[in-house]
Amino acid sequence: MKHTLSVLVENKPGVLTRVAGLFARRGFNIDSLVVAETENEAVSRMTITVNEQDQPLEQVTKQLHKLINVLKITDLDPSGSVERELLLIKVRSDAQSRSEIMQVVEIFRAKIIDVSREVLLMEMTGTREKVTAFLELLKPFGVVELMRTGRIAMSRGKRPT
Amino acid sequence: MRAAKAILEALKREGVDTIFGFPGGSVIPLYDALYDSEIRHILVRHEQGAGHAADGYARASGKVGVCLATSGPGATNLVTPIANAYMDSVPMVALTGQVSRHLIGLDSFQEADITGITLPIVKHSYLVKDSADLQRIIREAFHIARSGRPGPVLIDIPVDVTKEDVDFDPTLLPAMHLPGYRPNLKGHPKQIKEAARIIATAQRPVIYAGGGVIIAEASPELQQLALYGHIPVTTTLTGKGCFPEDHELSMGMLGMHGTQYANYAISRSDLIVAVGVRFDDRVTGNLAAFAPEARFVHIDLDPAEISKNVAVDVPIVGDAKRVLAALSEELAKLELSPDRHLPWMNQVEAWKRDHPLVIRESPDGQIMPEFAVNKIWEVSRGEAIICTEVGQHQMWAAQHYLSHYPRRFITSAGLGTMGFGFPAAIGAQAACPDAQVIDIAGDGSFQMTLQELATAVQHHLPVKVCIINNQYLGMVRQWQELFWNCRYSCTCMECQPDFVKLAEAYGAEGYRATQEDDLEEVLRVALATDQPAVIDIHVAREANVYPMIPAGGTIHDMMEGDR
Repeated sequence: MKHTLSVLVENKPGVLTRVAGLFARRGFNIDSLVVAETENEAVSRMTITVNEQDQPLEQVTKQLHKLINVLKITDLDPSGSVERELLLIKVRSDAQSRSEIMQVVEIFRAKIIDVSREVLLMEMTGTREKVTAFLELLKPFGVVELMRTGRIAMSRGKRPT
Repeated sequence: MRAAKAILEALKREGVDTIFGFPGGSVIPLYDALYDSEIRHILVRHEQGAGHAADGYARASGKVGVCLATSGPGATNLVTPIANAYMDSVPMVALTGQVSRHLIGLDSFQEADITGITLPIVKHSYLVKDSADLQRIIREAFHIARSGRPGPVLIDIPVDVTKEDVDFDPTLLPAMHLPGYRPNLKGHPKQIKEAARIIATAQRPVIYAGGGVIIAEASPELQQLALYGHIPVTTTLTGKGCFPEDHELSMGMLGMHGTQYANYAISRSDLIVAVGVRFDDRVTGNLAAFAPEARFVHIDLDPAEISKNVAVDVPIVGDAKRVLAALSEELAKLELSPDRHLPWMNQVEAWKRDHPLVIRESPDGQIMPEFAVNKIWEVSRGEAIICTEVGQHQMWAAQHYLSHYPRRFITSAGLGTMGFGFPAAIGAQAACPDAQVIDIAGDGSFQMTLQELATAVQHHLPVKVCIINNQYLGMVRQWQELFWNCRYSCTCMECQPDFVKLAEAYGAEGYRATQEDDLEEVLRVALATDQPAVIDIHVAREANVYPMIPAGGTIHDMMEGDR
């Protein structure tokens, strides 16, 4: 089962290493990791997706809490939060396939960012599942390159994440 | 004021009176400032010695231990002591020099990324990039090291930072900025009530107490709890002394080499009150079979220890002193009768009577190791601060040097660091100049850090090293004997120095005892001298430590050994 941890940390050098090192040491693989500043520039948010395998996640969150630079940890419940991932993808296209691709883009509310004679560059945001579905439909055209940001997530309602 | 001097002023403000260290290129400005500082500097002979001495100082005094080393190899030599302090939750601040800021990251001479190297073994660490941050960082470092669950904090300071001019006002306390650090000290009252309730109804209760009780200075409260609840107490290796071992409720140490009665009691208990412990594998053996009939109350300051190894029924996160006081108060209200679990107390008494720790008799006048430890206890009247190295002698010391007070038994428990005891004893002696400090050592361990004899002599620290000398790496040899068909691969120390001459070569005193009859007299003379001394005690070479529950085993695997 995939878990999304939203971790507020002090925006200081070395904090990412401390957090990543802790996961490695306690035997957890990080699936995806997004780190960026928040509305407060002294604070960064790490959104960490992990696979909860044999060990419970509890031990790793408790250990995370012990890092001096960690301010707050939220284990996001999928039903109480929205999640997004950004995909950039470059797909082969010629005159014939172009319109077909554009249809897929429209259905998924993706965007074409750059067009050249041989390729189309698109961006798309959505849940991990939606991004994956979009990707599957584009694969037959020939994927030149793709990049995914990994998941960010925010809790619904007034309460901050 | 030069930053180096301001650093020492900040240390003084934190109550530092002693630093253990070794100079080098990147700390010359700091040493220059030390030259006319009131802070006493104890010059070790290897940085590992500085780290362990700071550790011993901290454990003996309850204050933060401070060690100082230069960049690169000086700093990496502190890695073992830092890891050791981390495992046993010892408050320590390690100061390391670093190459100048413009040289960082260029593989410069004596450069090592010590903050990176020590990341998994520190409570926190700092690399000082701006001299204006020094005062705040030092205050934060000491606060973090000593509060909550204590631990080592590293401050890595580039040499050019220490040469800068900084504003320093001794009356101005720098503000700390630690928004993510709030140790929870007060236990949840509802949980404390619940714990009292299940203690009151338990039929076979046991208190399992550890180093956390000593750190929290909670021995009086622990005794109160044991008395109000009429509960027998067993302690871990680091917990030795948190409950007087001559008390009628004491069952001594539990675990792999614990007393049989403590381990029997755990295995039959229906309620274990665990205080300041972490259910280490050397205590529990096979986790699935550990205390199979028991429910658990677990009191610990560190939430991450709750249910880490054993699922706990009543967790109480908080400072042991406060929680135990509150719990005792609750119990006092219940006015429990001492007879409410009389059969259990009788059973514990019977186990104690039938399976005591034994001091084996020597067949031929040779000194048996337990006899040696017992003699050291007798001659020092059980009042010494004992430090140990790691191995068989450590377990004999734990079993037979009964401790009645906290902070009197200092040993590398979690990391199991050979070579720890002697420098730790130097640190303990520096903290407690009037105490008798004895390192109960093994011949193998002592050879790892014996160069610190020079430190003890130079600084007039009259530590006594009692080598339980069997000319083996005895604990590994014991495992080879029991589990590896007596194939003594590389555990026989065929070449050894003459420890008496060695001590004398350093300007210390050397003594030797080879026969049971001589030992007491040798110890009386050696422990009475005001000089550092090495007492080389030749013991029966292939004696084993018993009782023993093999690693990962259960109570049913216990080996009693020969009587």
